[in-house]
Amino acid sequence: MIDPKKQAEIVHKSLKKRYRKEKRFRAYGILAITIALASLIVLFADIINKGHTGFLKTTITLDVEMNAETMYLEDPTDPDAVRMADFVEPLIQSLSEILPEATEEDRGKLRGLINPYASSQLRDELVANPDWMGTTQTITFLAHSNVDVYNKHKGNEAYSIKLSEEQQQYVDKLRDKGVIETSFNDVFFTSGDSRDPARAGVLGAIVGSLLVMFVTLVLSFPIGVAAAIYLEEFAPRNRITDFIEVNINNLAAVPSIIFGLLGLAVFINLFGMPRSVPFVGGLVLTLMTLPTIIISSRAAIKSVPPSIREAAEGVGASKMQVVLHHVLPLAMPGMLTGSIIGMAQALGETAPLLLIGMVAFIVEIPEGFFDAATVLPVQVFLWAGSPELAFIERASAAIMVLLAFLLSMNALAIWLRKRLERRW
Amino acid sequence: MQPANLFFLILALIFTAYVLGYFRSKALARPLGGVRHLKSLPGYYAVRAALWCGIPALIILVLWASFENQIIQMLVLGTLAPEIVPASPGEASLLMSQINNIASGALSSGSVDASLVNAAELLTNLRQNSNTYMTMLVLSIAVLAGFVGWYRIQPKLNAREQVEIILRWFFFSCAAVAIMTTVGIVFSVFFETVRFFGMVSFTDFFFGTSWSPQVALRADQVGSGGAFGMIPLFTGTLLISAIALLVAVPVGLFSAIYLSEYANKHVRSVVKPLLELLAGVPTVVYGFFAALTVAPFIANFAQTLGMNASSQSALAAGLVMGIMIIPFVSSLSDDVINAVPQSLRDGSLALGSTQSETMKKVIFPAALPGIMGGILLAASRAIGETMIVVMAAGLAANLTANPLQSVTTVTVQIVTLLIGDQEFDSPKTLAAFALGAMLFIVTLLLNVIALKIVRKYREQYD
Repeated sequence: MIDPKKQAEIVHKSLKKRYRKEKRFRAYGILAITIALASLIVLFADIINKGHTGFLKTTITLDVEMNAETMYLEDPTDPDAVRMADFVEPLIQSLSEILPEATEEDRGKLRGLINPYASSQLRDELVANPDWMGTTQTITFLAHSNVDVYNKHKGNEAYSIKLSEEQQQYVDKLRDKGVIETSFNDVFFTSGDSRDPARAGVLGAIVGSLLVMFVTLVLSFPIGVAAAIYLEEFAPRNRITDFIEVNINNLAAVPSIIFGLLGLAVFINLFGMPRSVPFVGGLVLTLMTLPTIIISSRAAIKSVPPSIREAAEGVGASKMQVVLHHVLPLAMPGMLTGSIIGMAQALGETAPLLLIGMVAFIVEIPEGFFDAATVLPVQVFLWAGSPELAFIERASAAIMVLLAFLLSMNALAIWLRKRLERRW
Repeated sequence: MQPANLFFLILALIFTAYVLGYFRSKALARPLGGVRHLKSLPGYYAVRAALWCGIPALIILVLWASFENQIIQMLVLGTLAPEIVPASPGEASLLMSQINNIASGALSSGSVDASLVNAAELLTNLRQNSNTYMTMLVLSIAVLAGFVGWYRIQPKLNAREQVEIILRWFFFSCAAVAIMTTVGIVFSVFFETVRFFGMVSFTDFFFGTSWSPQVALRADQVGSGGAFGMIPLFTGTLLISAIALLVAVPVGLFSAIYLSEYANKHVRSVVKPLLELLAGVPTVVYGFFAALTVAPFIANFAQTLGMNASSQSALAAGLVMGIMIIPFVSSLSDDVINAVPQSLRDGSLALGSTQSETMKKVIFPAALPGIMGGILLAASRAIGETMIVVMAAGLAANLTANPLQSVTTVTVQIVTLLIGDQEFDSPKTLAAFALGAMLFIVTLLLNVIALKIVRKYREQYD
């Protein structure tokens, strides 16, 4: 037997060490949380830092003289004459009037400041207003994407390498004179993809995403709810039911790319459906989100108290009437919340859509479920792979648009839950 | 008529059948003395008539629309002279698209074989006729069945029971979609995998150490066979997943411990949703972050240390993937730690141990199986993750354990092999399905084991 006094002494001696250990353990926990939250902050800060300039555009406002001689154009209503005319020359002349130091040899450099599509813009406007011929009009054009990034990231080496020394000086001077201006990038929200970063937008991808989401919602919500009702209310306890349950749990954890393989082999190869269309994308995402919706719908049905069922049965309702008239309406808020979360997952999904061909370069805004389309995350993927900084900037901006959609969907789910949730 | 328009027409017919059925049941009830003398409520008679009208017509419409093309192709190719009948499915689809072009006028009929021109005419004919037949068949079935359903409404008919049986079958078939999906995955993936192993030997695939799936355009080209050894892909996947778990497991576990044992309610209610936010960020965003921020940072950092890092290092992809799966580890561990009964905690604290000693010596061992399950689930997530590695890991199949080098993974190769044109008779395309089969099996095994562990553990304390 050890002397109790001695024992107490030993314990006292070790206390300091044990408390230190306790403190250290606690610090590890705080450190872990700090790391996790810090990476979240770094992730968001990085994306905002890279992409906030994507919401700005750079424009050049020029006084363009519509001179028949320099444009080789007599009659702007004659399509053949318009096709042969020169619409670049008036732009360069207007620029060189503002920049008198630019010589004849610098014309190429001047041309590199204006967007390559500015001439077609001038052509379209002139054809629309033939009476402009012989006058001088003030027209605003997009700047070249190299000027755009240089202008928005003043003083950053990486963004200016595509412009020559002189061009940089021109841009600075034009900006001082108010010819080059920065404004909100409406082009980004009103156009589809483009090879020219200055004219590339997310509208096509947003519409594509909405079409895909529509198909997914219309298919997965009814099927998921019906499956949940069957499994919770009607399924007999037998092998088939067990097998279905095991299947659903496993499907929820199958990597999403496998669903892409399924879509490619079954929908496209076997059924001969077209590639790159929102309908097939919606089908694939339906199969992917179904397990999530079924699982959350089952939880919602389970949370309806048995007293409701018993009361309905007591007044003579059939099993189906109990479910459809009483259980389902009470479980609906929970089902809706689960479905919105499932849809948010589907909206951010990329990998399976790559396999069914939704990665094509598509300029047109899709108009139906069978038009070739792309979706927001895939658009991010496409732009992120580009070596041009202007596209990287737009990819970040598109990520912000995507995150805004996701956040609002999740906020909606939380709001619904708070608003409609009932405590029994 | 277009299938879509036909569909809306059927919907209109269904609605008509509903309305007519409703009024017929009311009319039948009137001489008897009111609705209460009917066996079911009028609404059930109406739904029954609508179902009679809609179900057979819609089934036929779907079947027709999905198999129309195959049957037409079979008929068209069947008329061709035996010497130009295509031998392989690839040739058949080529020939078919040629016939298609002739039919649509894109290819002038003067420049090709006469039998192809005939086939093109037949194709145009069949298409027009098929459409007419389909419209006629579907509409007449809808009207006829709707009429029968309407006509057979009798006061003694138990319409409610019949409607409920149909609804039950509908619910069951929706639940069976899960089975169909699994069957679809298994068949589509494994069918192509079997074909792949008909071209590439088993041992080459499982034990080969070189992966270069390029298949030559000409037979005499150097290295024409392509190499399909999956070892470098598998080690690459394991390397990146291991880095991810090295990040996620300690961070996730300690976060869960702190949140469940130390943090007060207020901190918990703020930090938990923030951690879950990490799980809600789309993977393409992580991929962007890994490829454009983390990878260059690591490459620069390694250079200042005098090391040589690839611009697409496994480390970058692994680190970011680790961040992505932190919430999986933390929320699952949180659940199991909370499931440990309070009595164990109280007993340990009453004996004078500190909170950390309670955690390490009592709660952690009790929660360990559940935590292991959670880690396995996170591992299966990491193995199947695609976008991060597609964007941030490389394409070169290096067999290396150096995290600063570029490696490739199973998912990256599936995506690269299947983006763009696919030929379902070349081993290059089929290899993607073989890789998909491996991925499916591995993740399925991990999930099944993990779910078993988690469930078994839960039962212990319930």
